[in-house]
Amino acid sequence: MKKINLVLMVILISSISFGQKYFTKNGKINFDATSQNSPERVEAVNRTATCVIDTKTGNIQFAVLMKGFEFEKALMQEHFNENYVESDKFPKAEFKGLIGDNETVNYSKDGTYAVKVRGKLTVHGETQDVETNGKLIVQNGKINVSADFNVILSDYRVSIPGLVADKVSKTAKISVACQLELFKG
Amino acid sequence: MKKAVSLFFIIVCLLGPGVLIAQDTDLLKLVDDDKGKKEIVKNAFKSTRVINGQSIEFLRPGTMDVRILHRFGQLDQGYKNFFGLDQASMRLGFDFGITQNLMVGIGRSTFKKELDAFFKYAPLQQSTGKHSFPLTVALASGITMNGLEWSDPTRKNYFSSRLAYYFQTIIGRKISEGFSLQFSPTLVHKNMVQLETDPNDIYSLGVGGRLKLSKRIAFTWDYFYVFNSPSDNVYHNPLSVGFDIETGGHVFQLHFSNATGMNEPTFITETTGDWAKGEVRFGFNLSRVFQLKKKKLD
Repeated sequence: MKKINLVLMVILISSISFGQKYFTKNGKINFDATSQNSPERVEAVNRTATCVIDTKTGNIQFAVLMKGFEFEKALMQEHFNENYVESDKFPKAEFKGLIGDNETVNYSKDGTYAVKVRGKLTVHGETQDVETNGKLIVQNGKINVSADFNVILSDYRVSIPGLVADKVSKTAKISVACQLELFKG
Repeated sequence: MKKAVSLFFIIVCLLGPGVLIAQDTDLLKLVDDDKGKKEIVKNAFKSTRVINGQSIEFLRPGTMDVRILHRFGQLDQGYKNFFGLDQASMRLGFDFGITQNLMVGIGRSTFKKELDAFFKYAPLQQSTGKHSFPLTVALASGITMNGLEWSDPTRKNYFSSRLAYYFQTIIGRKISEGFSLQFSPTLVHKNMVQLETDPNDIYSLGVGGRLKLSKRIAFTWDYFYVFNSPSDNVYHNPLSVGFDIETGGHVFQLHFSNATGMNEPTFITETTGDWAKGEVRFGFNLSRVFQLKKKKLD
């Protein structure tokens, strides 16, 4: 009987450790939609992105408040929220995806892994498939996540009027940098 | 006892992973707790003025708004004066955003060669979420200085006679994304008035609003009812209606109004045009906001 208990305990513990989750609430997401030859930079940073990774399944999810994007110029920020992404109607952007080859990543040992992430990005109420190469760095029990990718603004029903086309590009470059800690929930 | 313990382990082992898998669909829910954060409602109006009167909107901190205002002659003058466009009166103004709820401004008008200065402060701002408040309550106050030559240089003239003041409370709400409404009880005090029978303190109530027609165009109106107008057949209540057009860098406020004055004491108490007689003028406010203090991104 004791043996059975021991076996069950091992199974239980292993299933917990495999199901570990890592998270952050102050991930950094940069957004750059500056058009070529534009006199001003159309870029913003959001330092309050939420990111959660389930190391067992390889699920990776992001959520970000659109109003959390900070621009150099207050007026640009206002126009971003009012006229382009309509933050009152669509307050959040979300990404839900999977880390490809998740089994090759050893989350309990320090190391750097190039991974492919595939999933669905929802911005301005529109959902599109996104695939990108990212980097996972496991260090001292923390996971650093970084990735760069481009989105086509019209895919998310964000239209750029002709009047500002010389400043605002039709595609935006998104850079993600998060440091995740073990989730003790 | 032992049996009970092992039974417990079996149940946990069977259920445990199952529970974890069930949570996998939405990991974000695990850490989401920022619901109901207090947030100030912004962009009730495109500009810090409805048309002539102050709105419940404020400049962002660290910005300067350069405002160029024009009021043309009466439309009913016909082609001879090109429907009033041959005559223009203007005000050049500079407004500064200090904090989210405090701004100041100065200006100079050609009408009466007046200098003016004001501040606007909102002790309460409309907000959503925790401890939300349904209205914005703002206080505006300003001073104007008449720059004309003394009408009677032979008598003893005091500098203080050039000054007028206004005190205003603006109570408003962005009722929906497209519709904002505000009321502004106003007191105008003039140190010197034309006739002995004219009141020095003039009370009025303003009603201003905005109806958004598209993301970048809005219909606006701005009316002041004056309770104790010095003489009803000379002065009329100012009514302005127009369109706000936002082009990205500029806000144009194109409008029709019976008022010529571009600061509170003049447009509230010295409007001589009468809508009923077609004494209406075309005018525009041009607003360009510059960022003086840029936010650091990295």
